[in-house]
Parts: sequence; structure tokens; C-alpha cells
Amino acid sequence: MSSVASNNSLDANSEGIMLSARQLFCERDDRVLFQNLDFDLAEGQVLQVQGSNGSGKTTLLRILCGLNDSYAGSIRWYGQEIEEQAAAFFASLLYIGHRVGVSKVLSPIENLRWSCSLKQAVNEDQIMSALKEVGLRGFEESPCYTLSAGQQQRVSLARLLISPAKLWVLDEPFTTLDTKGVAQLESILQDQAKAGGSVMVTTHHQLTIPQLSLLSLG
Amino acid sequence: MSEKQTTTSAAFLATLKRDLLIAFKKKNDVVNPFMFFIIVVSLFPIGISPESDRLTEIAAGVIWISVLLASMLSMDNLYRADFEDGSLEQLLLSPHPLFFLVLAKNISHWLVSGLPVVLVSPLLAYMLALPEEAYLTLVLSLLLGTPIMSLVGSIAVALTVGLGSRGLILAVITLPMSVPVLIFGTLAVQSTLNSQSPLGYLSLMLVMLSVSVSLAPLASAAALKISVN
Repeated sequence: MSSVASNNSLDANSEGIMLSARQLFCERDDRVLFQNLDFDLAEGQVLQVQGSNGSGKTTLLRILCGLNDSYAGSIRWYGQEIEEQAAAFFASLLYIGHRVGVSKVLSPIENLRWSCSLKQAVNEDQIMSALKEVGLRGFEESPCYTLSAGQQQRVSLARLLISPAKLWVLDEPFTTLDTKGVAQLESILQDQAKAGGSVMVTTHHQLTIPQLSLLSLG
Repeated sequence: MSEKQTTTSAAFLATLKRDLLIAFKKKNDVVNPFMFFIIVVSLFPIGISPESDRLTEIAAGVIWISVLLASMLSMDNLYRADFEDGSLEQLLLSPHPLFFLVLAKNISHWLVSGLPVVLVSPLLAYMLALPEEAYLTLVLSLLLGTPIMSLVGSIAVALTVGLGSRGLILAVITLPMSVPVLIFGTLAVQSTLNSQSPLGYLSLMLVMLSVSVSLAPLASAAALKISVN
């Protein structure tokens, strides 16, 4: 039902394997989304999840993050089941979903102050420079409801620049970005992979990242 | 990549600060339930009787019921916006115990919805001709009772936040759980009026508050996980 086609061939040994899923099965409304799904995510790898609309890409990502528990199978984080070490797993995880987690009444800077401090200590300089880098200079103090959808997406992407998380799980991060934003995000993903972090991303966009592997659903 | 993970207390404070900031920026959500409370209470002297004897009798009950209804009105703000914009998912994915983060949200909710009601209650008690000696008991009972309502209501809101149209379901879940608070709160004031000590009732409310503080956030956290699933 599903297949893994990897550009970078991965050795069978578990050295450097960050996240591994075995025999994943998920069913929604009596429809099997995926079954017998196996894959490994190694350090420095970018895994793009592909599939048609409704094939369960978002569900898969939410399952991996622990937001959805209606699945069968095993998900291991460095060889250990994620439920057994939830706090350590959450500390190294950064998830940005369809709903990007940006409060509309708060300004970008206030949003980042909170969402980052849930994980790690940040200072104002880091937040300011991240916002500047994603092109939100001059909008730091504006309430987010005055920003466009793409700009709100950029607020959430600023978290990528601040976050030391080893695993990024991104659900359609490219949708509302302009061409420049797309190129910038690609290079951010590449930097993460170079630094030994991993990315799991769903997008219909053609990524040009050397560390890229593909996982096809449905 | 060397930033340190925050301590739980820092995450707690950040969440508290954020929610207070949101309340400050969305004043309508805070002011509406408060105005509702004042309007409902002020309707009673007009609708029933302006005679102070009659009002004295019903004063405690009227204030307590209005507090309960106003808290129903304000509860919905607790998780709804966070659910819709995805902040709730971020909260759930924090490495810190969800108990404390939910508690921070509950405390912030009480500070902006419960505390103003407690502070204004002596004024309304005066309007309802409640004898002066009962003011302190009323304020104390509200001070103990309103946080219980916030904490208990939070469970119901967390359970229903994922539902599209909730209608009355929030009230159906919350009100039965709030009835004991209502009973003890009004009894405490009544016993002061009958020149008895209200301490028994107040200490029962204190017990209820301690139990809610220690257990309700756990239930809310579990309910949030179900709602986001």
C-alpha cells in the first residue's frame, strides 16, 4: 500500500536513526489510510511525505507527534517507544501544522515569546533577528490579524530559526509563501539537515534538497 | 543549538502572561460577562421588589446565581481561540507537564473573569440590601467559589472545544458540577445572616477548592488531548 523510495540509501543498522516507525496502521471512518507502513528517519535527513489529498499525510504527521493516538504499530525515538519518554521527545520536536499556532490578537514578537518559551529559553535579540530574517521587519509589534496569511506563516517559520529542536515536523509549510519565501524555507530546511537535524515535511511542492528522501502514501 | 530548555515555572509564567495579554487585548471577552453579571443582579430589585426586607432574603442567592451564569458566558473563551489557531497543539507538545500549563490558563481566566466579580460584589450586595455583617462572608465565599467554577468549567470547555456547535452542552456539563458551590456559598451567607458562624461552610469550600486545584487541571489536560485528537 505504501512504499519508501530513498535517494540516500540507509544502512540497516540503527546508528543515527532518529525516528523509526514500524507496522503503522491507521483507519479513519472505516477507511484504511495506511497499513504496514515502515520507515526510518536518520539524522540529517529530510523526508518528504507525498500522497494525494486525503491520503493521510496530516494524520501521519500528527500520529508521529503524539497528537493523534488512533493508530496501531510502534514509533521509536532513538530506539525507545515515544510514549515512554514523551518529555524528552517533545523537547526535541518542533511541529507546525495547518493551523500554525499564531494567535491573531498578539503581535509576532509576543507570539514567539510564548511559543518558544514552551520549549527553550529565548531572549529578545534572537526573536528580533529571526523575525527580521523571515522578512517581518517593521511588523514585529503589529497584531497578527493585520498580517496576511503568508506573513502569519512566516511568524511560525521564525520559530524554526530559533528552535534547537532536532526533529521538525512541518505540515504544508509552503502553501502560503511567495517564491522568495519558498526558496528561503528550502535553505532553512537544508541548514537543519546539515546541522544533523531531521525534517519531516508534507508538501506538493518539488523540493530541491540533496538530503531529500520520499515517502509515498496511498 | 545550545539553548537551554525552560524550567516548568518559566513556561507556566509565560503561559499566564500570554493569556493575560490576550485578555487585555480582547477586552470584549472580559467586559461582556462582567456587564452581564451586573445587569442580571440589578434587574432583581426592579423585577421583584425594591423593599429591602425581601431583597435581603434573596441577595446571596441572586448574586451567586448571577456569578454562575456569568462564568458560563466567560468560560468559552478559555480554549476556543487557541484551538482554532493551533496554539493548543503547541501547548500539548510542550515538554512540560500539561497540568501546570492548564493551571496557568485557568488562573489567568480566573484573574480576568472571577476576581472582578468578587471585587464588585460588595457594591451589588449593598444594592440588594444585604446587611453589612454579611459582606465579608459573601466576598470570602466568592473568593473560594469562583476559582472552583473556573477550574471545573475548564474541564467541560476542554471536552467540547472540538465540537462545531455546542449550544447548551457546556451548561449541561458544568452546571450540575457547580451546584455544590452554589449551595455552600449561599448557605455561608445565610448562616452569617442568622448570626451563626459561616466557617464550616467556608472550610468545606476551601476543601472543594483544594481538590479542584489538584485534580481539575489533570482532567482538563486529558480532555484537551481527546479534543485535539
